[in-house]
Amino acid sequence: MSILTVKNLTKRFDGLVANQDISFDVAKGSITAVIGPNGAGKTTFFNMVTGVYKPTEGSIMMEGQSLVGLKPHTISRKGIARTFQNIRLFGSISVLENVMVGLHNHLKGSLLGIMLSLPSSKREETFAQEEAYRILEYVGLAEFLNDEAQSLSYGAQRRLEIARALATKPKILLLDEPAAGMNPRETKELTDLIFKMREELDLTIILIEHDMKLVMEISEHIIVLDHGEKIAEGNPEEIRHNPKVIEAYLGTGAASTAS
Amino acid sequence: MLAEILHTLPQVLIDGLALGAIYAIVALGYTMVYGILELINFAHGEIFMTGAFIGTAILITLTGLGWIAVMPALLALLLVLVITSVLTGFIGMGIERIAYRPLRKAPKLITLITAIGVSFLLQDLVRFITEVKRGNYILTGPSMFTDRVEVKTSSVLSVFNDASFKESFIIVFVVAAIMMITLDFFINKTKWGTAMRAVAQDRDTSALMGVNVNKVIGLVFFLGSALGGATGVLFAIQYGTIDPYIGFILGLKAFTAAVLGGIGNIRGAMFGGILLGVLEMFASANLTLMTNGVFGAEYKDVFAFAILILVLLFKPEGIFGKVVMEKV
Repeated sequence: MSILTVKNLTKRFDGLVANQDISFDVAKGSITAVIGPNGAGKTTFFNMVTGVYKPTEGSIMMEGQSLVGLKPHTISRKGIARTFQNIRLFGSISVLENVMVGLHNHLKGSLLGIMLSLPSSKREETFAQEEAYRILEYVGLAEFLNDEAQSLSYGAQRRLEIARALATKPKILLLDEPAAGMNPRETKELTDLIFKMREELDLTIILIEHDMKLVMEISEHIIVLDHGEKIAEGNPEEIRHNPKVIEAYLGTGAASTAS
Repeated sequence: MLAEILHTLPQVLIDGLALGAIYAIVALGYTMVYGILELINFAHGEIFMTGAFIGTAILITLTGLGWIAVMPALLALLLVLVITSVLTGFIGMGIERIAYRPLRKAPKLITLITAIGVSFLLQDLVRFITEVKRGNYILTGPSMFTDRVEVKTSSVLSVFNDASFKESFIIVFVVAAIMMITLDFFINKTKWGTAMRAVAQDRDTSALMGVNVNKVIGLVFFLGSALGGATGVLFAIQYGTIDPYIGFILGLKAFTAAVLGGIGNIRGAMFGGILLGVLEMFASANLTLMTNGVFGAEYKDVFAFAILILVLLFKPEGIFGKVVMEKV
């Protein structure tokens, strides 16, 4: 069963075509990778799904409901969360507070209750902190809870982005180059975390990634973009042997040599 | 000379704290909006002034109805503060909605000019309404809390003279302190405060984490303007007479206080406000003495701003400010 369906999705910026007529389905509970050379339009695609950009044409449906034209915070509420290619944490607030921003929509935060310091508001604050702590534990960052986010190591910052995204309680998690800049050990831990999240949190994961070893190991379904168009789709084995994909990555001629 | 400065020090501190508390709360409004939108909301001084007029108008009306005579003065004050701050809060939110939000993507300078425009609009609107109703745009409210309290500071240190203050000083100071502590708690401990700090750092990412950015910005304007309006009421009670132009200079000074403390920094604004108030009162009491009569008390602003320039020369980011890298 598909959780996300895109049909004829196109995005143009003043003549530049970033995504051209892209259509595919993402199966519920799957790990899907979107790959392609730099400038293929992968992040543009993520930006359309999360409401940062409005598609020029085409439709994006999540569980039968259209996402086109919705504001980013509404789409977040519907259950789509993401991380960023270039880390975008709230650098000068604490690690715990970063996760608490993600919890925003799951707290009532009644202004009146806060002003009158009602017990229910106090309980909610405690709940928020405990919940944020639990998520930090889940990704292995609990020990850093009071540190400023920007003081974390690079790999830890990427994990914190995942923790913050998890706090919004998503159904679909979009990871934009989660392994970028990671050393092999960190990449291994990330792979484990992605599998664990899918199993335990009932998530559908879509990731953009350049680390082909990671992509081939982790994904069940791969979508290949080049110059904004979908050039191939299939399981890792099919993609590995697809001449169009080899050509896109290595140039004309490489495909015939490989076969 | 030192002895003479010390004679007046207790009085300088009392007057400085009263004025400084007012600067501090108005500065909070500037600093919060700047922190979240990088906009210098020049209309904020006029929100303060509008609050002073609304508060005074309510007091005059209540007096006319004979309620003030039967009500405990503190209760009347509380009522006026609450009504005024809610009204000015909505005015601030409305200004953001109508004048600033459509310009959110325009260059900063355009919004700044709009803010100056809104500022003139509010001045003339208040002046017009007051003139129509009272025939004069200078307004004197009913006098409240005017009894003087003597403080025997000379018994603490013999070099001090005794000081005195109006009862309203206590009101100004206590209400200001409550407002500042509440705001600090709100920003640091609640879901909405956390969202405000997140939006101040990265608006787009906050939206992607499910934060309704427009609601948060609206809330910032509501809070800043509600505090500013309430401070206007305090000002009217402490200093008695108001006119539609009090917001201009006071707004400039509060903005200065926000810069002094480090713009965008809440605690910095509080500290900067108090510091500026005390410096100004110190200058007003001692300038003649310190310069052998060359400069009189009327040069107090020059003195306060000279200190500001000195601070900013050595610490351009303000006392509590952090060095910010320009976003690329």
